[in-house]
Amino acid sequence: MIPEALALSAVLFTIGTVGVLTRRNAIVIFMCVELMLNAVNLSFVALSRLYGVTGQVFVVFVMTVAAAEAAVGLAIIIAIFRHGQSVNLKNINLLKG
Amino acid sequence: MLLQEAAGAAHPLAGTIAEWIWLVPALPFIGFIVNGLLSLVPATLMGPADPSAAGPDHGHDAGAHDGHAHDEHPHVARHPYHRVVSIVGPAVLALAFGLTLAVFGLLAGAHAEEPFVRTLFPWLVAGDLHINAALQVDQLSIVMTMVVTGVGFLIHVFSVGYMQDDPGYPRYFAFLNLFVFFMLVLVLGASYPVMFVGWEGVGLCSYLLIGYWYLDKANADAGKKAFVMNRIGDFGFLVAMFLLFANLGTLDFVSVSGRAAELGEGGAVITAIGLFFFLACTGKSAQIPLYTWLPDAMAGPTPVSALIHAATMVTAGVYLVARSAVIFSLTPVASLTVALVGAVTALFAATIGLKQWDIKKVLAYSTVSQLGYMFVGVGVGAYAAGVFHLVTHAFFKALLFLGSGSVIFAMHRAFHHTGSQADAQDMRNMGGLRAFMPWTFALMWIATLAIAGIPPLSGFFSKDEILASVYARTSHSTLAEASWLGIPGSALLWLIYLMGLTAALLTAVYMTRMMLYTFHGPNRSGEAERKHLAEAPWVMTIPLAVLGVLSATGGFINLPAFLGAPAQKLHHFLEPVTGAASLRITHGEEAHLPLGTEMVLIGLAVAIAVTGIVYAIARLKPAALVPKAQAPEATGIERVLEHKYYVDELYDRTIVKPVVGVSRRVLWRGMDTGLIDGLLVNGSGYLMRGLGWVGARLQSGQVGTYAWVLVIGVLAVLGAFSIS
Repeated sequence: MIPEALALSAVLFTIGTVGVLTRRNAIVIFMCVELMLNAVNLSFVALSRLYGVTGQVFVVFVMTVAAAEAAVGLAIIIAIFRHGQSVNLKNINLLKG
Repeated sequence: MLLQEAAGAAHPLAGTIAEWIWLVPALPFIGFIVNGLLSLVPATLMGPADPSAAGPDHGHDAGAHDGHAHDEHPHVARHPYHRVVSIVGPAVLALAFGLTLAVFGLLAGAHAEEPFVRTLFPWLVAGDLHINAALQVDQLSIVMTMVVTGVGFLIHVFSVGYMQDDPGYPRYFAFLNLFVFFMLVLVLGASYPVMFVGWEGVGLCSYLLIGYWYLDKANADAGKKAFVMNRIGDFGFLVAMFLLFANLGTLDFVSVSGRAAELGEGGAVITAIGLFFFLACTGKSAQIPLYTWLPDAMAGPTPVSALIHAATMVTAGVYLVARSAVIFSLTPVASLTVALVGAVTALFAATIGLKQWDIKKVLAYSTVSQLGYMFVGVGVGAYAAGVFHLVTHAFFKALLFLGSGSVIFAMHRAFHHTGSQADAQDMRNMGGLRAFMPWTFALMWIATLAIAGIPPLSGFFSKDEILASVYARTSHSTLAEASWLGIPGSALLWLIYLMGLTAALLTAVYMTRMMLYTFHGPNRSGEAERKHLAEAPWVMTIPLAVLGVLSATGGFINLPAFLGAPAQKLHHFLEPVTGAASLRITHGEEAHLPLGTEMVLIGLAVAIAVTGIVYAIARLKPAALVPKAQAPEATGIERVLEHKYYVDELYDRTIVKPVVGVSRRVLWRGMDTGLIDGLLVNGSGYLMRGLGWVGARLQSGQVGTYAWVLVIGVLAVLGAFSIS
């Protein structure tokens, strides 16, 4: 059971990573980040069978943080959209040296 | 150190007024503080112009002040604190002189064999180095102190008259007092470092006073030249001190004198110490090769020339050799070098003096020449004779300089009244001053006969003693038996003796020439100017008269031995300090000449002096002279002499220009602009800018790029872990 869960977790994490790296739309990247977080959550839950409930407790923390992050992240994306009428990361390079 | 304190405790001077010896230098220092503060009150705040108060203002230097229009310097009334300064300046010297006399009286009665050291406070303490700020009273230092304070006092009084209308009057006296302070530190210091403080201090004051009229660039340049030349000599002083400390571990005069013999007679170290000390002397006392600053130093006010550049500071080198008598007596090579350089300088400077037209330049070269005599004296180990000549020279040379100051004062005032631009110091513009300034005339003749060596005036005795000492040491002395660069010492001493005699002849000639051209013959200053020529005020003539008496009678402090009981008083007085060193050179017995020989030598010296004077009178015709403006260019050897053998030009070509060239091309363009500014300062700037450019390229602002870099980094780290 555990190896399968971990394999699924790895696949989800990779999909998320590739999404973050390749996509340009901020919303999509945001969703991919959520995907990576949940992939990690899955491995926490799976491994809690071996190592006790600590993993499950940690998952609750991660979801809490992810919820807060979603609120802040979406607010930023909306602000960026209002500023430049676009959420394409190509156009967002104010920190360019 | 302990030994010294033990000696001090039992010393006859302990607990007497000699404990207050520190007041002697402290008094002039107080004068410096007071006058220095008063000098902060500017003269420009003073009242309306007063044309009648026209004294010598700026531009006493030779030649350079021709371009000075007298109205360039607005007349100013006297400085508001003129009276205070006139009292404070000389009074501190008078008090110091009085105290010195008291201490001298005690010392003369005490027969102290050991010096009395008054330790004030620990000054430099670092590891093995322990130097006290201490003053040393012994026979040598007290003689020097008397000369410095006594002659110094007279020159201060003279300055009250000479500088009375100068706007910088308090500044002048502040510097003069400061000079005396440092000079007293120099002669009273109980160790080489303390002496060095005075040595540097008098150099500073010399610089300040040469450039006293600093608005004229030539004067400021002359000051700088003196300073730089002296710095070369000071390097020698420092190296000699380092060598002493490295080899003996002490710098106190008492300990060094006691332990110098440990370095071995004629050893390389002690010879090096002697030669480096003598390098310092050539700077301070204007000997070949560092003498060229002294004639230029005449740019300062004339009393300064009298005090610093004739009577006291320039004799510091002679004092240094006499003070280090033990060291020099142990190294015949260094001693012979001292004597030889002295003799060559004496002769060389005397020839230049023959053709100078500036009255102060004649005296300047005369000073260089007489200093050479003193070095001959201390070089051959006749330390008392050298110091004797130092003392008598202080008398008659101060008199000559102050007399020339009096002459210049009169000439300048006359030219000032008529607005003439003529040179007030050129002898071709003088002539016949005898009629206008009888006192100065008579007194300067006394000094001239003294310096020429006419008995019984002071210069005769001291010069004769030096020459006799050289003669006596041509055989049966460590110097005669030593060899100097392969030349046998006795041959060298003969040569030195002959050079000394020749210089004596030339001295008589150029001094008589100066007197003839200045005071005799027709007056060449001009019809209008002649009416204004007059004797200087009494405040200037009285010091002259006192110095005249001293010049005439100064020789009696050290009469030759054959004259009977009170003879050689100075010689015996100085014996505790220099006697042992002198005896070492003459193999432990007093260098006595047979009476017949001594008589022949004296006869020879007098004959030479008289010959010189008679020759000058017979040969030179003051009546044929024309004023400077119409004078023809000299030719041949006269031209060479007038241009001082072109030594200044030679130094300029061989040393100054190359140094300036190297400084400009290598040090400035190469090192400073190229290496430091270019490579190091600007280079690091360019490097940082380049690194910044690379960093800026990395920071694209694209989150995606950062994410890629992050992921690649994580993978690399994970990969590295999994491989290991």
